[in-house]
Amino acid sequence: MDKSTSSAVSGTLGEGEEQSVLEIPLESEALAHRKQSDLQNESGFITDDNLGIIESGDGGKRESIPGGNDDADGNTFSSCVGSFGTKEEEEQQASSSDPEALTVELTKALDDLSVTTSGSESEQIQSNGVEAIRDDNDSDMSPLWRSHKHHVFILSEAGKPIYSRHGNEEKMVTFFGLLQALVSFVQSDGDTIRGVKVGETSIVFLVKSPLILVCVSQMSESISQIESHLTYFHNQILSILTAKQLQTIFEKRKNYDLRRLLSGSERLLNNLAGLIEVDPSFVLGAVRCLPLANTVRDSISQTITTVLNKHKPSVSVVFALLVTNCQLVSIVRMKKVFMHPMDLHIILNLIDSSESFKTVDSWVPICLPRFDSSGFMYAHVSYLAEDCQACLVLLTTDRNSFFPLSEAKQKIVDRLRKQNSLDAINASMNNKWPTMSYVNVPEVRHFLYKAKCRAQFVSPVLDVPYLDHNTEDEESPPEELSRDCPRAAKKISPELERLYSTYYRMHSRLHAQARPVKIIYWVDDKENWLGWNTSNFELYVALEPLIKKSAAISAVNKLINWVQKEERRIFIVHAPTF
Amino acid sequence: MANRQSGGSNTAGGGAQRPNGAPQNKICQFKLVLLGESAVGKSSLVLRFVKGQFHEYQESTIGAAFLTQTVMLDDTTVKFEIWDTAGQERYHSLAPMYYRGAQAAIVVYDITNQETFARAKTWVKELQRQASPNIVIALAGNKSDLSAKRMVDHDEAYAYADENGLLFMETSAKTAMNVTDIFLAIGMFL
Ligand SMILES: Nc1nc2c(ncn2[C@@H]2O[C@H](COP(=O)(O)OP(=O)(O)OP(=O)(O)O)[C@@H](O)[C@H]2O)c(=O)[nH]1
Ligand SMILES: [Mg+2]
Repeated sequence: MDKSTSSAVSGTLGEGEEQSVLEIPLESEALAHRKQSDLQNESGFITDDNLGIIESGDGGKRESIPGGNDDADGNTFSSCVGSFGTKEEEEQQASSSDPEALTVELTKALDDLSVTTSGSESEQIQSNGVEAIRDDNDSDMSPLWRSHKHHVFILSEAGKPIYSRHGNEEKMVTFFGLLQALVSFVQSDGDTIRGVKVGETSIVFLVKSPLILVCVSQMSESISQIESHLTYFHNQILSILTAKQLQTIFEKRKNYDLRRLLSGSERLLNNLAGLIEVDPSFVLGAVRCLPLANTVRDSISQTITTVLNKHKPSVSVVFALLVTNCQLVSIVRMKKVFMHPMDLHIILNLIDSSESFKTVDSWVPICLPRFDSSGFMYAHVSYLAEDCQACLVLLTTDRNSFFPLSEAKQKIVDRLRKQNSLDAINASMNNKWPTMSYVNVPEVRHFLYKAKCRAQFVSPVLDVPYLDHNTEDEESPPEELSRDCPRAAKKISPELERLYSTYYRMHSRLHAQARPVKIIYWVDDKENWLGWNTSNFELYVALEPLIKKSAAISAVNKLINWVQKEERRIFIVHAPTF
Repeated sequence: MANRQSGGSNTAGGGAQRPNGAPQNKICQFKLVLLGESAVGKSSLVLRFVKGQFHEYQESTIGAAFLTQTVMLDDTTVKFEIWDTAGQERYHSLAPMYYRGAQAAIVVYDITNQETFARAKTWVKELQRQASPNIVIALAGNKSDLSAKRMVDHDEAYAYADENGLLFMETSAKTAMNVTDIFLAIGMFL
């Protein structure tokens, strides 16, 4: 691929000569802006670290990773094991004193991992100086297990299995032990293993003491994107237990079987895994909003604010959220506090994975790791009414305020009903909007637009070719329904998968540690693609094929115009405080 | 503090219903809590009682759920305010929050699982020590439809309940057997 660059980029797309790839380096000014937007934003209701999901926590350290491993185009053989020597000395595992035994273990671990890499012959994997030959030999994992494209494993630093996305972790004890050996082997050199890329398969490790999270993926995400996915899983666990409790447990007993404390939460983890596969909001680090006329949204937020203010001081709500189908309708917050998009996703996932919230009022202890990883908040969770399936979440730090909050909730519903807001919410939920024909830029097939300072994004209603009407009714392999996975997993069409994975490749390119670019223009045989990262927005567009670049530019400008015109309907631009 | 819960406003089925008749003047309201190991069927029992439904894939409860149900008992309107708690170990420390003010508790076990019966006994002990002294406790041996896989003897559980002054019934949220009955029995008792 041609990586020629140019520096002439300003508000609109500049005319360039026809070429298949146009990549423009990210200027340092934009970098500075990124830092700024990490802190806050003008509408001030969400702290956004945009790109930061990936850099969370140890973002600074990442700089020392040997360059080039974010290269999403790196379908090349065995691209890297990134490592950086920052981890404090960890307690080493028993076997680490015998390097030969470990080499054998490591080889075997990689053998086992290789069951998920499809049809490649023997390849060499370079891992911190240790070379391992692997080939596709037998393993205990069943063909069904192998057929999954996306695996997530969570284990303790002592190698105890905690969670596996597919299959029963109990039956994979040896496998988990080998993953642990792999991590601790690299740690014994004072390094942290980050990822291995073999053919189409990425194996990514996230070590978050006392947990180790591993993803084996055949989707086309970059290592950084997978790391950010694993960070969501880590946050999900923290939200159930708090970081403090997790730390205490493993300080007392390194060998603790965490599944005891997590049982019943598998469905949260399973649902999260499902969402991550089908929903670009995780890669973007942003949320969708329910489209609503600005005045309607304002009056909803105002009603929530007014009622909750009247109930002071007997209730003190920190955040109030109204949510439909993983879309935010309204958010109200206490002064001086902010909701991080990662925390928001924990709440959205909780609601999405809990059918039972629809019929009862629930009182849920929840830790929001970005807000306060050491303690629980309490969430009053209830749907507004049988005839309005929007879920109201009232978060407080007072565990005894369920009943006052129930009362407040009922008042909120009564008022919203009186002012016809329930109808407005229903109407918007039923009205699939915006369609591409409404947006009316015929050259554009689909797009994602993220308003960076708001941590919100918009995309059009799916249509052909990305929504395949035929496959919808086709029998898909029955996902094992169970108490932990009460609903069939969401499925996306191969075309949509292709769309998203191209977006993700562009995203990865725009946010690469090494040589990030501002604009990408790709041409392939099905679409033309544009990715654009400015200080205000990120835009990913799938354009008609065979389109001239000049036409593409004017189409994209029209698209941006449309977003700006509809901004107040698409996004939450105003978030009141209590 | 009463909660107007949209779902639970209608009266329960069964013989307790009374279409019209003499004006009822007595209204009774009481708080009831369900306790017991995870997966024994607490939520299923409540769902059966309040909505007449049963779900094969009932989700494990997170935190606790609050529901209400109003039934007619003779000439008294009885409103149940029900806390359905989560049985998972990590929520154990929250339980006092729910049984503290309760007038009645249903401790549930699964007749196909001996361990859940042992767990039910420790719940009874905890209630006897920590809850209000005149709390009415009922013991429910749930999943009675699975009697082929029975691991807890009916008579043993009955004897235990008798010794400890508990109401006792074997129930099935799936077939609805004894579900309304156990709630009504508690209502009568109060
Ligand atoms: N056969 C049979 N299954 C039941 C019965 N009651 C509940 N179940 C099933 O048992 C499982 C657990 O039921 P729940 O009602 O969720 O159990 P719970 O006690 O509320 O569990 P937690 O919320 O985790 O504390 C579900 O799959 C139910 O369908 C019953 O009477 N008979
Ligand atoms: Mg339950």
